[in-house]
Amino acid sequence: MSTGLLTLLVAALAILGMVMGRSRAVATAGGDIRKLHSLPFFYGRFTALLTAVPAFLLIIVWLLAQPLIVENKAAALLSPADIPDGSSKALVMTDVRRIAEGLDRLTESRTDIPALKADPAALKAAMNAAGVALQTDPAPSVIEAAEALREAQGRSRLYLSIAAGIVALGGFAWGVSRIKPEFRARNATEIFTMWLLIGCSLIAVLTTVGIVASMLFETGHFFRLYPAKDFFFSTTWSPKFGGGSSLGIIPLVWGTLYVSFIALLVAVPVGLMSAIYLAEYASKRTRAWVKPAIEILAGIPTIVYGLFALITVGPLLRDWIAQPAGLGDSSSSVMTAGLVMGIMVIPFVSSLSDDIINAVPQSLRDGSLGLGATPSETVRQVVMPAALPGIVGAVLLAASRAIGETMIVVMGAGAAAKLSLNPFEAMTTVTVKIVSQLTGDTEFASPETLVAFALGLTLFTLTLALNILALYIVRKYREQYE
Amino acid sequence: MKDLVMETRVDTQTIKIKAEKAQVFYGTNHAIKDVDVEIMDKTVTAFIGPSGCGKSTFLRCLNRMNDTIPSCRVEGSITLDGDDIYDARVDPVQLRAKVGMVFQKPNPFPKSIYDNVAYGPKIHGLTRTKAELDEVVESCLRKAALWNEVKDRLHSPGTGLSGGQQQRLCIARAIATSPEVLLMDEPCSALDPIATAQVEELIDELRSQFSVVIVTHSMQQAARVSQRTAFFHLGNLVEFGETGQIFTNPKDPRTESYITGRIG
Amino acid sequence: MSGSLFTLDARTKARNAAERRFRAYGLGAIVIALLALVWLLISIFSAGLPAFRQTFLTFPVTLDASQLDKSGTGDVAQLSKITTITYAKILGQSLEAAIAAKGIDLGGAKPKQVADLISQESAATLRSKVMADPALIGTTIDFTTLASGRIDGYYKGRVTMDSAALDKNTSPEQLRLADKLKEAGMLAVRFNTGFLTMPDASDKRPEAAGLGIAILGSFMIMAVVLVLSLPIGVAASIYLEEFAPKNWITDLIEVNIANLAAVPSIVYGILGLAIFINFAGLPQSAPIVGGLVLTLMTLPRIIIPTRAALKAVPPSIRDAALGVGASRLQTVFHHVLPLAMPGILTGMIIGLAQALGETAPLLLIGMVAFVRDVPGGLFDPASALPVQVYNWTQRGDPGFVERASGAIIVLLVFLIIMNTAAIILRRKFERRW
Repeated sequence: MSTGLLTLLVAALAILGMVMGRSRAVATAGGDIRKLHSLPFFYGRFTALLTAVPAFLLIIVWLLAQPLIVENKAAALLSPADIPDGSSKALVMTDVRRIAEGLDRLTESRTDIPALKADPAALKAAMNAAGVALQTDPAPSVIEAAEALREAQGRSRLYLSIAAGIVALGGFAWGVSRIKPEFRARNATEIFTMWLLIGCSLIAVLTTVGIVASMLFETGHFFRLYPAKDFFFSTTWSPKFGGGSSLGIIPLVWGTLYVSFIALLVAVPVGLMSAIYLAEYASKRTRAWVKPAIEILAGIPTIVYGLFALITVGPLLRDWIAQPAGLGDSSSSVMTAGLVMGIMVIPFVSSLSDDIINAVPQSLRDGSLGLGATPSETVRQVVMPAALPGIVGAVLLAASRAIGETMIVVMGAGAAAKLSLNPFEAMTTVTVKIVSQLTGDTEFASPETLVAFALGLTLFTLTLALNILALYIVRKYREQYE
Repeated sequence: MKDLVMETRVDTQTIKIKAEKAQVFYGTNHAIKDVDVEIMDKTVTAFIGPSGCGKSTFLRCLNRMNDTIPSCRVEGSITLDGDDIYDARVDPVQLRAKVGMVFQKPNPFPKSIYDNVAYGPKIHGLTRTKAELDEVVESCLRKAALWNEVKDRLHSPGTGLSGGQQQRLCIARAIATSPEVLLMDEPCSALDPIATAQVEELIDELRSQFSVVIVTHSMQQAARVSQRTAFFHLGNLVEFGETGQIFTNPKDPRTESYITGRIG
Repeated sequence: MSGSLFTLDARTKARNAAERRFRAYGLGAIVIALLALVWLLISIFSAGLPAFRQTFLTFPVTLDASQLDKSGTGDVAQLSKITTITYAKILGQSLEAAIAAKGIDLGGAKPKQVADLISQESAATLRSKVMADPALIGTTIDFTTLASGRIDGYYKGRVTMDSAALDKNTSPEQLRLADKLKEAGMLAVRFNTGFLTMPDASDKRPEAAGLGIAILGSFMIMAVVLVLSLPIGVAASIYLEEFAPKNWITDLIEVNIANLAAVPSIVYGILGLAIFINFAGLPQSAPIVGGLVLTLMTLPRIIIPTRAALKAVPPSIRDAALGVGASRLQTVFHHVLPLAMPGILTGMIIGLAQALGETAPLLLIGMVAFVRDVPGGLFDPASALPVQVYNWTQRGDPGFVERASGAIIVLLVFLIIMNTAAIILRRKFERRW
């Protein structure tokens, strides 16, 4: 039985439960629904939930676990001799899976399978005709493994159908049997709903666990292939296809920090002064349109900034500053990416700073103005010191944003890993290298690819630390004036 | 010769601030109507009246603190030593240095006690050396009767003081710019009775050097600290005169109703 | 501090000057920020708007039966053996004949250069047209097709006579001939619907590249994100805001959500690659994987405004419902949720708009692939708008810069529509209790 059909059957049984539960509830109350604890449809809903939820949970868990168990069985049939040089068990297993799928299709079109299995070349041709592209003629042991895989899959599906059927029917029967007028059906269904809500809110935690676990796992792989000491302390980054790469993170971190530094150099003064002007000087009407206009900058996708860096800012800086000053000939540079990223980050600084400056009590301003201070003296000497922790938080958030930014640096900063002070030279960042290592053609299990996970973990740790620190500071600051 | 005679005469009873036909508008709301007041030098003048009668609004007009509210407009004339303070040539910054202000809620800056007091002299450039500044800070804190309580912790934050101490710190801060007039907007309303008594005592001492204007809700306080009292009601100045006369022999029936507790 | 109020002392003058300077810095900062926005938009729009106009050639094409149907039987199997090379030849010959028929002087342009006026894509277009209707063979049809990228660039100012002289792909003779064709009405620059409907095209044919599959792919991804993140996001927010007890677990969840909202998007790409593709074995470049990854990324960004919307519903409404004997769940689902719905939807739309523009995570799950077939479902390879932009910027031909900018305009139009919808929704249902 296919999974789709099984799902439909369980669903149909649940609907039947809905109807039966309801009518049975009304019947047990002798037609007078006031005698029931809950409204009749709650009894129906209760039966339906009891039928469907355990069965569906079983199906999901089964389907998740099935490939692991079944494929191990098939993989056991492959001997080391079956794996060609330069390949791996994982790659051969991909072939096994494809052949199994092809055999499924061929069975549907009633081809003479045993004859094909004896002749790998004919099998390959038939597979290609059926839409399963094979590179080479499959080895007999691979065909055998594929056949075993199919068989195990078929058996697993059969067991699943039986098990799910029993669970669904059991739930159905139990649900119907519990229906009595005094049964608290509403409370029972609400407990179900509550668990559903809890489950949804746990997804956020699961995401974090997923991020950390997947990166830790692959980073562990990487450090088994490449020494951690070299990764953290080597100053050269030069991945090579044939192995013998140097994968030192220092030049990447340098590039990341340099670009982010320039971005903050642009965004902090502009964002902070805008926020001060909007909070302290601007009229209500000016504020009402300038603030959203600046915030548009935060709503523009980063790919747009990337293109802006690529086609406008980069060539402009190269032709007007870098080349005349003899600083470089590249249109992608730390300066290009930093400048454009700075523009992107302005609203992060300005919006949060604006909120924070507005939270400084008016009485402090009055106190200062009442002593004869000018508004700017008041801002610089009273409002700013009072708002400083919050503004530091805002800048840290902006920094974390800049460090994790990808598209602008991919399109604007360049790809050469360098340790240089010249801002008009192309340099590269952690995020650029994550993209290039994971979208390249290298084999997944090689250190050149796995290094991306180590880079990702470094990036995640760095930004997480900045975020937590920033959120902590901002929260402390808010408490102060509440 | 005649001028000299004038000067000696006014030395005891100089008019420091004089308002004539003062009007204040908030947008279209006519908040203060036709107020005529003369505030004497070296005198405590109390503004009393029910909530919303405009006494605080009028007080804020005297050092142009209402400039910070965009919809607020002042008509008529208010003069300080004969100069119209709403004249286009007047810089409110310079005016506020001469007419200091203390607010309802103590509002020390989030700085050290020392820096709070030194703030005014620093921005106005009143001192040349650190030693001079130290002297100013000490003398102001002494005048505000706070020196003995804080002299050992001048560099701890001003926000760490108790409410009464904070308010006296704010007074010290205000007198550090050596103003000629000190405006106080309900300075004791956020304080407990003991702190209130300390501040009232202080106000009485300040009278020897400044002209003090105090807005208060408490009639007892007005009676205790002021020499002259102005009673405001619904934006009008109802009665203005010697404090003793206002409380013992009010001329206007509305004043009488207020001080006997019938309106308020 | 003595002296008249009417004369400013030197120090006050200096302080007032400092005040004016400070104000000017503030105003300057705002002007810089707004100018940056304007500069960005002008730069993208001026580069991208030409993508919506395209140069087309119209001329009679004689579908010569002796070349296209050698057997003379009209058998489709035989016809499909004729490749685009033959069709390209026919197009070249027909154009040359049409030019001669109009009496236009070639001006030294060689036959190869004349044929090169036509886009390489045209042969395939003509072939599929003939395959769809074999009866056309032997007739002469009026055929409108794309001009080559360089000719198109000439009319958009990208290619000049000087640059053409240095370019081996075109020549001044070719451009002069194009001008004559334009005068004769055979060549025209028109609105280009193909840009919005056609699939991507290969490196040498920027004139044929369109956004059809990218738009479709983006829609599929957004559908997945919407279907998953709306119920999950709302359910999670309801639990956290209305039911969760205050303990360390809910504290952990809250801190977690706040931090997830600030995790760099590329990290979600790594997660998607590791979990959905490597572990779960889902196909690369599939909208389903893109949708799942962006759902995980969008969820925390939806939960935060949803919780704010729920919080904004006053407790008195909850008390009223509980007071008439509704259970806590009924209170939330019957009363609180409907009142909070406009706020929730606003947050949802803004979250979706962010997801629509997200590029980096999609790059990592392989959505950069070159896709020409219309995806039949969520598991088929597709492209997505922002990734298509990135893809085009990596191509050599300068015509693709215009395409990439044009694609951004399409993306921005979608974002403007979504954000406007959010603003209207907020204005319309804004409630003050």
